[in-house]
Amino acid sequence: MDVELLSRIQFALTAGFHFLFPPISIGLGLILVILEFMYIRTGNMLWKNITKFWVKIFALTFAVGVATGVVLEFEFGTNWERYSRFVGDVFGSPLAAEGIFSFFLESTFLGIVIFGWNKVSKKVHFFATIMVAFGAHLSGLWIIIANSWMQTPAGFHVVTTNGFLRAEITDFWAMAFNPSTLERYTHVIVSSWIAASFLFLSVNSYFMLKKKHLNMAIPGMKIAAIMILVTSLLQLTSGHASAIGVANYQPSKLAAFEGHWQTGPGDLNLVGWTDEEKGVTYGIKIPGLLSWLVDFNTQTSLTGLNDIPKEDRPPLQLVFQTYHLMVALGMFFILYGFVLIYIWRKYNFEGPKWFLKLSIWSFILPQIAIQVGWISAEVGRQPWIVYGLLKTKDAFSQVLTSGEVILSIILFTLIYLLLGSIYIYLFIKKVKHGPDEVITN
Amino acid sequence: MDLNIIWFILVTVLLTGYAALDGFDLGVGIASLFTKKSEDKRILMNSIGPLWDGNEVWLITGGGALFAAFPHVYASVFSGLYLALMLVLSVMILRGSSLEFRSKVESQSWMKTWEITFGISSLLFALLLGVALGNVAQGLPVGQDMNIHINLFQLLTPYPILIGLLTIALFTMHGTFFALNKTSDELNANLLGFGKIVYWLFFILFILTTIVTFIFIPDLTANFNAFPLWYVLPVLVLGMALVLPKHLNKGKFKLAFTYSFIMTVLLMTILAVGLFPNFVPSTINPEFSLNLYNAASSSKTLTVMLIIALIGMPIVIAYTIWINKIFRGKTKIEETSY
Repeated sequence: MDVELLSRIQFALTAGFHFLFPPISIGLGLILVILEFMYIRTGNMLWKNITKFWVKIFALTFAVGVATGVVLEFEFGTNWERYSRFVGDVFGSPLAAEGIFSFFLESTFLGIVIFGWNKVSKKVHFFATIMVAFGAHLSGLWIIIANSWMQTPAGFHVVTTNGFLRAEITDFWAMAFNPSTLERYTHVIVSSWIAASFLFLSVNSYFMLKKKHLNMAIPGMKIAAIMILVTSLLQLTSGHASAIGVANYQPSKLAAFEGHWQTGPGDLNLVGWTDEEKGVTYGIKIPGLLSWLVDFNTQTSLTGLNDIPKEDRPPLQLVFQTYHLMVALGMFFILYGFVLIYIWRKYNFEGPKWFLKLSIWSFILPQIAIQVGWISAEVGRQPWIVYGLLKTKDAFSQVLTSGEVILSIILFTLIYLLLGSIYIYLFIKKVKHGPDEVITN
Repeated sequence: MDLNIIWFILVTVLLTGYAALDGFDLGVGIASLFTKKSEDKRILMNSIGPLWDGNEVWLITGGGALFAAFPHVYASVFSGLYLALMLVLSVMILRGSSLEFRSKVESQSWMKTWEITFGISSLLFALLLGVALGNVAQGLPVGQDMNIHINLFQLLTPYPILIGLLTIALFTMHGTFFALNKTSDELNANLLGFGKIVYWLFFILFILTTIVTFIFIPDLTANFNAFPLWYVLPVLVLGMALVLPKHLNKGKFKLAFTYSFIMTVLLMTILAVGLFPNFVPSTINPEFSLNLYNAASSSKTLTVMLIIALIGMPIVIAYTIWINKIFRGKTKIEETSY
């Protein structure tokens, strides 16, 4: 295998593993604020104990998230040297801003949230919790700015400086708020809320099933049910906005999402199969629905794959299937939200057992949705590393040998397997132990 | 003073801030290898508990700032020193997680595993950082295309190894002085004895490095000879090193820590002055060196970044000081501890 493919595998592996954790930090950050707000408002120690319990889960998640995130900060330089030279002028500033504005905020205030219960007043502690949640949300913004610029570059010009062709900023705000930043940021944040809400549901469902900590689990279930219903409905609109953006700015990606071959009105596949050889997509189609979703008109013409040169098309099957799996899961979350409300009204969450068991495992689904969503977004951008500007094959580090990259892939795989299994082990241990029941100050 | 020089200084400030802050928590990790009791190791780990993560952000931000302000340095150094950097990242991951994992399971062997991981990874981290800086200081084979062709073993030459050892000694001393402020009784007494030994190690290595640099790396001293006032910096380090034992013997640990903090800042400044205007001198042809002009971003980006830094950094410094105040005093083990 060549350095390009190996570097792509390594980036997918390290970014994919890392991104299991930030959505939980972002979403749990919000949940922590809600829980501690309840404590501040009611003064009830019950809420303090719940908050403390979730702070520990948050800390564990955050630690693994930070440890694995550092790799990404340096990986552009190590494996994508030509990319770094080409985009550094534009792409570096959001990464640096993330460090200055978000990481410092998160890690400093997290120190107070974890270790400061007896060192600062209630209100200062609550303030620190808000700052941690705010920092987590803000750090997502900078990352999505950087990533969105790779999808829909804006606010720059390409010039030759010191013998290198590169993109330079002409307008910072146009770069930061490029055409896809806001929709994609909303999409990522809402998906994080969904992921954390399901995790919150899972743990509380476990308590319900075991009939432990019921005084905490029942309010927990209610919070989870409301959050899942609201966030999954929100995601419907944000996903829609995101797709319109893709239609307008990345036609080859939209065509790959739906396996749309012939330029003209686009159909929507409920399920399907793209045959890249024959240039057809088999599936259960709703004629014109894709065009309607983009423009409220079933006749709107959309660019088909036939009008995109073969070398400029992304890998079609992978993008099609991951995109459809993401959408299907998104729809399922809405359904799950309604079912949760029904279970609340009918059983007050005390049953049925099979549903509680299902809910314990449900946290995996949003994680899958997030992973396949990212795969469809990033693989759908191919063969470009910066859409329309720089191809991935012109971006990897030329000084590397395949052997070196294979070695680092093995190294990271081993470390991540170790980290992942310890995380799961400690997580389960923490949940089995549960929050403190003792009501003390 | 132009923007490029300002950014050379700002990157130096970020990396110096990193060395002075994460330096002490790495040092605490190294010192923990030399304590026997598990409970003592736990106290040491908790003494940096609320602080180490914020300290490490200085490096991450330094990396981001380098990417934004000097993308060619970021691209050349990290791809050129590929495997070394992969080792640094692995060590960083293991160190961060060992702090979080250690007290999560009530088992002797579990805790021991993470205590050792914490200590060894702190030691390796300091060594690797020092070796990397040493290589940059003595120059790397930067080609005309700005790429660096070198393998892992070619990085392990005498001068970088010397700088690696100096870094270990400096951080261990710095960390031990920090820990002296955080501990009491027997642990405190043991650390004091250990701190004195490490102090001598540092002193000897500092003198040795100074001599070796003068003899073998004359390029690093050129700026000092051109503007001799810069010699104030190493003389200050020497002066502070000479009076340190007195403060230690009198039990003035806060002052000792302040000294090691300032000495770290001075040593990083000495390196920056020596390298200026280069980031990475080329051993192939001085004209290929990566400097603050040929490696830089456009002045537009440097301006934007300067605004970001001027808004962000004062806030960061303010709450870094605040959190250090909140957690001042001796470290106690509580239910929320690691």
